[in-house]
Amino acid sequence: MYILLRGREIEDIDQIKVYEKNDGFSGLKKSLAMKPTEVIDQVKASGLRGRGGAGFPTGVKWSFIPQSEPVKYVTINADESETGTFKDREIMETNPYQLLEGALICAYAIQAKAVYIYLRGEFWDVAHKLDDCIEEMRKKGYVGKNIMKSGFDCEIYTHLGAGAYICGEESALLNSLEGYLGQPRVRPPFPAQKGGGLYKEATVVNNVETIANCPFIMDKGADAFKSIGTEQSAGTKIFCVSGHVKNPGNFELPMGTTFRELLYEHAGGPLHDDIPFKAMLPSGGSGPIVPLNDKVLDCPMSYEDTPKIDTIIGSASIIIMDESVDITWVASKVIKFFKHESCGKCTPCREGTYWLDKVVDRIMDGRGTPDDVKRITDVAANMQGTTLCALGDFAANPIIHTVKNFPDDFAKHVAPKEAAAGD
Amino acid sequence: MAIIGNPKYEERIQRHLAKYETKRSAVMPLLYIAQEEYGWVNQEGIEEVAQMLDLDPTQVKSIAGFYTMYSEKPKGKYWLQVCTDLPCALKGADDFHAWLKTELGVEEGGTTEDGMFTVEHVMCLAACDKAPMLQCNFHYVENLDQDKMKDLLAKWREEATKLANK
Repeated sequence: MYILLRGREIEDIDQIKVYEKNDGFSGLKKSLAMKPTEVIDQVKASGLRGRGGAGFPTGVKWSFIPQSEPVKYVTINADESETGTFKDREIMETNPYQLLEGALICAYAIQAKAVYIYLRGEFWDVAHKLDDCIEEMRKKGYVGKNIMKSGFDCEIYTHLGAGAYICGEESALLNSLEGYLGQPRVRPPFPAQKGGGLYKEATVVNNVETIANCPFIMDKGADAFKSIGTEQSAGTKIFCVSGHVKNPGNFELPMGTTFRELLYEHAGGPLHDDIPFKAMLPSGGSGPIVPLNDKVLDCPMSYEDTPKIDTIIGSASIIIMDESVDITWVASKVIKFFKHESCGKCTPCREGTYWLDKVVDRIMDGRGTPDDVKRITDVAANMQGTTLCALGDFAANPIIHTVKNFPDDFAKHVAPKEAAAGD
Repeated sequence: MAIIGNPKYEERIQRHLAKYETKRSAVMPLLYIAQEEYGWVNQEGIEEVAQMLDLDPTQVKSIAGFYTMYSEKPKGKYWLQVCTDLPCALKGADDFHAWLKTELGVEEGGTTEDGMFTVEHVMCLAACDKAPMLQCNFHYVENLDQDKMKDLLAKWREEATKLANK
């Protein structure tokens, strides 16, 4: 059953007429007939949690917006730049109206004057598609003045970034949208507060996948949504599987499905039949790497269960590595990513990623020592909790766990060389 | 030709300016227009964007420098950005990127002598299930291998020659 990737079941659902015929805009219609606070309550009751990675309850986030503020905004985070994540792109390409409808539901709930969709710059074609969809909606009275004759006015705009991972961080995203460098802001004030959001107004920032769930919740009811998934992780989730599997791609499954079911039944098992799975990054480059053993495979994919295997589900960008992979090389790839993407504002992240890259390179080159392996953990530990945004932690987490969970892979690079005869 | 007063861009510029609460917010879309006109973000483009937004050229230049999709030097007609991040690399993207550079005879970030192709590697492009892949002038080209790439290079060369002879 699909809530989000409905394009796989319904041909041409990216056409407005087809979308309308398949319950399109009925969640919005029902919302507009309710009080805004009732919409927030229904989203709260559904148990929907933010799909961008943090898993914060969506309705609670919306309720933080002070109703007394005259100007409020919704910003949709379509920056999708986490290594291994490619779900929001499929939602926008194949089911764009559902995202746009969800954005208007959110806008109505907080009484926002406009929605800005911040897309990563590389989603050039996707942004133009959304622009066309918005114009189709305007012709039919779903966007602009007096939406569906309800008296509610709201505009939707797209904004293209230009290649910066950090702009997926909500306060950096807002800076970027305002035409400043995409660097995180000091909080408080938080985006939901006056002074902290877009143009200093109270702002909700939500991920594409989160928002695309809202039409279902408002149309079918909170209970229908809550009946899918687990106690603390309601609904479905799109799991992006990449790396060493036979059938990589997006899989929308109820939360609480096990990694085993995802990887064997849906993603087709190991890419090469004779090379078993070795490791998994379940939350892209920013979550802890884990060995793919039975305990991990049998873990349900939910916000509450993944901490039991010492990792997180995050944005569910699941990168699979088989036994052919040297985890030292993975550490090197991941740290090069964060070194490139560190915005440079906070010293621990800017310098830490730079030094980690140097140390890992040295180890890879065969010039490292066992002390260098310890140094990785030392440097990374000094980045945790010392930066304005989570990127410092994101860079530190996986690297610490590569060393912790795969010590042998590092040890073989730094083993003392046997003295050659005659030395 | 300039972008200010250029009928090709007038409607788009006005639309972007109308979208936001502040003029400054339009700096990113206008930089894309400057890049489209000049092929890269040159000083002339920076000054025009600054003039339209009542900003200092230095402020505009800092934005152009921060984001990787604004090029601060001229590029080939086809700007090929190969993803070599972890998920793509697990599927051979590093080898593919190295092969492509050799095939075109360029170093990292370099442009072929005929000005046709620039090759560089980039971080995750959100197409991890379709590796190896690249972006050509911001359009995605996925599920690549050497044979497919050779065909594409030939096709793009032909396309550029036709355009030049028009």
